[in-house]
Amino acid sequence: MTADGAPDPFVVAGTELGSRLLLGTGGMTSPESLGRALVASGTVLATVAVRRVDPTTRHSLVDLLDGLGIRILPNTAGCFTAADAVLTARLAREAFATDWVKLEVIGDDRTLLPDPVELLDAAEQLVDDGFTVLPYCSDDPVVARRLEQVGCAVVMPLGSPIGSGLGIRNPHNIELIVEQAGVPVVLDAGIGTASDACLAMELGCSAVLVASAVTRAEDPELMAAAMRDAVHAGRAARRAGRISRRFVAEASSSFEGLVGR
Amino acid sequence: MSDLPGSRVVHTVNGEAHESPAGATVADLVAVWCPSPRGVAVAVDGVVVPRSEWDRTSVAAGAAVEIVTAAAGG
Repeated sequence: MTADGAPDPFVVAGTELGSRLLLGTGGMTSPESLGRALVASGTVLATVAVRRVDPTTRHSLVDLLDGLGIRILPNTAGCFTAADAVLTARLAREAFATDWVKLEVIGDDRTLLPDPVELLDAAEQLVDDGFTVLPYCSDDPVVARRLEQVGCAVVMPLGSPIGSGLGIRNPHNIELIVEQAGVPVVLDAGIGTASDACLAMELGCSAVLVASAVTRAEDPELMAAAMRDAVHAGRAARRAGRISRRFVAEASSSFEGLVGR
Repeated sequence: MSDLPGSRVVHTVNGEAHESPAGATVADLVAVWCPSPRGVAVAVDGVVVPRSEWDRTSVAAGAAVEIVTAAAGG
């Protein structure tokens, strides 16, 4: 629900999502605490990685998410080439019966920054193959525009490197991406705390994807709730329209009737 | 002939050598490797095998099989 009760749907590829907070599931210490954080976040869409089965594991992430009514967004995390990402996406479509994919193609194993060339190649192949592609990309307005042009359903620029908690290092680029985009912009990666998520929404992003900031917080459930509130607040502030910045003060109390004048 | 009844074939499953009866299908391998087939996908030699074809796709000697599922991840 919005702060003023007005309708403000968040729609991805024709599907209305009831929350503007997407949650990553990596980094949590136990399935129980992950479940509590997911509930506290209010999310309806959570990312999972695609990995070789571990025959010793009995716990199923798919069952956990299904039980909570949360839609699965498989990612291609760990892929360094378009070919690997495309195969991973196809496996995910088969495993989870969804054609949505968070497309990640990494170009550097230290910074985990996206490889824009491989990313664009993979995005184009997957769109052609009928996928709804949500690409994790650099905060580069030109890359974002190219991804939109090949048919991606959203663009997901980073605020800063994955897991760094450095927040939004180039807010102006995020504003440029928002201003030009004809698809929703989802701020992905770099969120450290609630104010970062709030800022993303104030800059005009349609949603925020948070993983480490919640799962690695001292109290993930409480941080998930904080992120939920921050996203609500930031969205409301964006819709409300902030005042312009001024170099000097502008009195909010009238000088009319001032004592001694 | 390695595919005679009663003979065994070796392929790799998730990077490990794995021996199966000749004629073993993708469905057979999934039954061995996974507690439940829910949320599981299989690729053989880099090509995804749709679930509807698991029963009738036999896995040849030397094939590289990947069986994947969801893991926690951002």
